Amino acid sequence: MLVHSVFFYFFSIIAIFSSLMVITSRNTINSVFFLILDFISVGCLFIMVGAEFLGMIILIVYVGAVAVLFLFVVMMLNVAEQKQSWFIGRKSTHIPTGLIVSVLIFLELLVVVGGWKYKDDLMSSSTLVISNVSNTHQLGLVMYTDYILYFQIAGIILLLSMIGAILLTFRERSGVKKQSYLKQISRNPSSSIELKEVKFKSGVKIDD
Amino acid sequence: MTEIGLGHYLSLGAIIFFLGVMGIFLNRKNVIVILMSIELILLAVNINLISFSIFSGDIVGQIFTMLILTVAAAEAAIGLAIIVIYYRNKGSIRVEDIHEMKG
Repeated sequence: MLVHSVFFYFFSIIAIFSSLMVITSRNTINSVFFLILDFISVGCLFIMVGAEFLGMIILIVYVGAVAVLFLFVVMMLNVAEQKQSWFIGRKSTHIPTGLIVSVLIFLELLVVVGGWKYKDDLMSSSTLVISNVSNTHQLGLVMYTDYILYFQIAGIILLLSMIGAILLTFRERSGVKKQSYLKQISRNPSSSIELKEVKFKSGVKIDD
Repeated sequence: MTEIGLGHYLSLGAIIFFLGVMGIFLNRKNVIVILMSIELILLAVNINLISFSIFSGDIVGQIFTMLILTVAAAEAAIGLAIIVIYYRNKGSIRVEDIHEMKG
């Protein structure tokens, strides 16, 4: 149990530190890197607590896809040299409001945690699932039978988001030569072949 | 202190949620950091759901976590696409420059 707690404090301190660095880092690239570190440490926590499949999903999907997507956008948009100017802005009237709101949310969440701490009989670590079926197996047994509708709706949401992202970022470029199959197929010899009388020793201009 | 219970995981989730909300409010730079703060908030929610699921012995919380992961990925893709076209039209994604809706 001591090793468990040591690892828990290790990963959670890394997670808290890196999420602090995400919001305070001066460079956007550094923010993305700390976001990746945050995802990795929380994924390790998930694996440690017993949700192995979701920890691996966090590592694969978040670190492998979402964080790299952030990185691509940061690199494409050339915003990396826009430095963080925290409390210097002209209209910085929203900062006290933000502090009040976030501290209130934090206190409310702490109240919830305290409520769980003083109600030990409701939920304790003695009710851990101990079975010889692995976590992935359990998840699959429930997800593809009882929750198949939600699974498919999640797939449709992903498809819609893909279509939406493509539609949003699509633009018709002018001045780019493209192949048009309809034009290629539907031309006939009368419109494309022209017979010319070539004069002796003078040649013919083609590009008219 | 050495026994890691549900409260520890909930505290971790609360701290990360707090940092995410603070990142949204205090950010003065660009919209990408706001999207990353939303990702932090969703991660905190996932921590809460998974710890409740493990400590109460119910697998449904982890299924809900997978659905949240799906929605988070979709939201990141759409949000980044909107940021890209906004940058293409306006040339800047600083938070101060985005005031067309007088919000």
